[in-house]
Amino acid sequence: MTTTVATVKGGEDGTDSPYALSHLDALESEAVHIFREVAGEFERPVILFSGGKDSIVMLHLALKAFAPAAIPFTLLHVDTGHNFPEVIEYRDRTVEKHNLRLHVASVQDYIDRGVLKERPDGTRNPLQTVPLTEKIQSERFDAVFGGGRRDEEKARAKERVFSLRDEFSQWDPRRQRPELWNLYNGRHAPGEHVRVFPLSNWTELDVWQYIAREGIELPDIYFAHERDVFARNGMWLTAGEWGGPKDGETVEKRLIRYRTVGDMSCTGAVDSDAVTLEQVITEIAASRLTERGATRADDKMSEAAMEDRKREGYF
Amino acid sequence: MSTITTEELSATTLLRFATAGSVDDGKSTLVGRLLHDSKSVLTDQLEAVEHASRNRGQDAPDLALLTDGLRAEREQGITIDVAYRYFATPRRRFILADTPGHVQYTRNMVTGASTAELTVILVDARNGVVEQTRRHAAIAALLRVPHVVLAVNKMDLVDYQESVFAAIAEEFTAYALELGVPEITAIPISALAGDNVVDPSANMDWYGGPTFLEHLETVPVSHDLSHCHARLPVQYVIRPQSAEHPDYRGYAGQIAAGSFRVGESVTVLPSGRTSKISGIDLLGEPVDIAWTTQSVTLLLEDDIDISRGDLIVPAKDAPATTQDIEATVCHVADAALTVGHRVLLKHGTRTVKAIVKDIPSRLTLDDLSLHPHPGQLVANDIGRVKIRTAEPLPVDSYADSRRTGSFILIDPNDGTTLTAGMVGESFASPEPVKDEADDDGWDF
Repeated sequence: MTTTVATVKGGEDGTDSPYALSHLDALESEAVHIFREVAGEFERPVILFSGGKDSIVMLHLALKAFAPAAIPFTLLHVDTGHNFPEVIEYRDRTVEKHNLRLHVASVQDYIDRGVLKERPDGTRNPLQTVPLTEKIQSERFDAVFGGGRRDEEKARAKERVFSLRDEFSQWDPRRQRPELWNLYNGRHAPGEHVRVFPLSNWTELDVWQYIAREGIELPDIYFAHERDVFARNGMWLTAGEWGGPKDGETVEKRLIRYRTVGDMSCTGAVDSDAVTLEQVITEIAASRLTERGATRADDKMSEAAMEDRKREGYF
Repeated sequence: MSTITTEELSATTLLRFATAGSVDDGKSTLVGRLLHDSKSVLTDQLEAVEHASRNRGQDAPDLALLTDGLRAEREQGITIDVAYRYFATPRRRFILADTPGHVQYTRNMVTGASTAELTVILVDARNGVVEQTRRHAAIAALLRVPHVVLAVNKMDLVDYQESVFAAIAEEFTAYALELGVPEITAIPISALAGDNVVDPSANMDWYGGPTFLEHLETVPVSHDLSHCHARLPVQYVIRPQSAEHPDYRGYAGQIAAGSFRVGESVTVLPSGRTSKISGIDLLGEPVDIAWTTQSVTLLLEDDIDISRGDLIVPAKDAPATTQDIEATVCHVADAALTVGHRVLLKHGTRTVKAIVKDIPSRLTLDDLSLHPHPGQLVANDIGRVKIRTAEPLPVDSYADSRRTGSFILIDPNDGTTLTAGMVGESFASPEPVKDEADDDGWDF
């Protein structure tokens, strides 16, 4: 983008002016604006970083927003204890590469201490809320960046970019502040914090296109590979120490990839032979299933599963 | 709809638009059809809607369930809050702010319209232009949304008569032009039957214009920079202080209007100091020119004192700074705004203390008359206010710049967003103040 354009006019012939940004440039610019607003207005912001594609894109945007200076934020990972090893390896490598500070809130610690109880179904995603919210309180984080997108789920479609949480981290969808122009209101009382979603207006496809455009490295599990999996509730789950497969569930080797990265117990893989970014983008553009519908068991629990978890403090 | 190729996807622009309409005028059906026909409703979402509809004893899938995401909304069958929807065609990407039509949530229409480049106002062809239509048009005019679409819906219920459409379009256009709405496109549709939404209607061959979707795809996303005053609110000062960049000092922000070039003389407000742009970084890449709405970092020749909240402008085109702001506001909080109220005012990247000095009038949207000295503004009221700020602010007229002419008022005690403000005159030709003591107001 080093071109100098001579004329400063456009749009009169019914086409977009040369100054209209492409949709990716517009989304990127908006996200950077959000990162810089938080840096300017908050004392202790933190980026939720799981090693999944959305948080990887967030980190990339933050790096661009403050270049050539370092990111003025630390990272926080809520570790369920059931993570894909490739993702943890990616996480640690990235933290080291950019000389960042990583906080870890561990679900396994809470279970070991007897504070949290393992669920009968072995799913640990709902258990993340307590370690997350307690870490926010103990570290006195006042702004917490999440990679949530409004296209993911209908309760998320109602979420503000700056979303105020009370001292219990609760979300009250009926008491949200109207969000006007790009004048984000970050005021909060001591003990309260603001969840910030720079990728609010991005879709799954935007995220993938941006990853391709920027040449961002991802954990290998996003691309097709052979893996031992078994079927449960219509999804392919990775066999592992977390508690699968059970009796009657048979393991088989399949060519799969992941659309989302989360807890192994509830993140499903999809059959795929897409090994390049281009192939992944083509596959997603043609898919008839949403990202969460295809790969997340915990959202299928009830019509308001996400809303209920968000109210409690989930991100 | 055919699969979109990667090449097509990378060439698209983004259109932000908002819907407005009264209850039962078919807004959910229109949104549902747009999402459905543009492949934005996927199989699992549709299955969830079918499942939920069956549980409620409904025969057909209720497309409103696609957009009503909250428990309370599904329980009451109404839309409470703005929801944002995303869909794409090979020509463009869309962000739809789906705003509730229910009268008590009008502040959400303001929320949706504040970032929209186009507003869709729906009317029922059987009812024509009603009070709510005029209110929606007035809000679109007030927020200076560049394009307004009048979608005359339910044409199937008036036998697809051209005369019905023409009469409604004429009445609406006359009213909206009077408000100063710059561009109006009227389209006859039936969201239920699918006429002129995505595909041209065989039932209305008298209509020669674009379908609803075609219009959304082709309406220009205009950035006519020649008429814009360049403005950069400074968000953050980037100072790496590293061995590699010992002297780097950059002023980061999103260009709110116009364009900046390397070599240009600039003034920093409110201090009034001047310098020259020595470099522009566009997220790590040096460029010669940058324009609205790019997020950039400006480097200046002189080491002058600049911090978050300052505004960088061309030396030849600086706005006046003032501590006395007159504006049209929409009150969005439940607690009233009163004269003497001490508030915080956020303008661009600067938040200052302020006091409400006067509320000269409240607007009655029915006839656009001004009710003098209402004493207070309550939720959903639109009125004129005079505000005194603790520090001078460089404000533009909202008519010139939606970004640097807008502000919000915040309650300093609990952080509530109180009011959306637009500096300067609100409409093209405001009506004189009407003196009516018995006017007990309205709520919508």
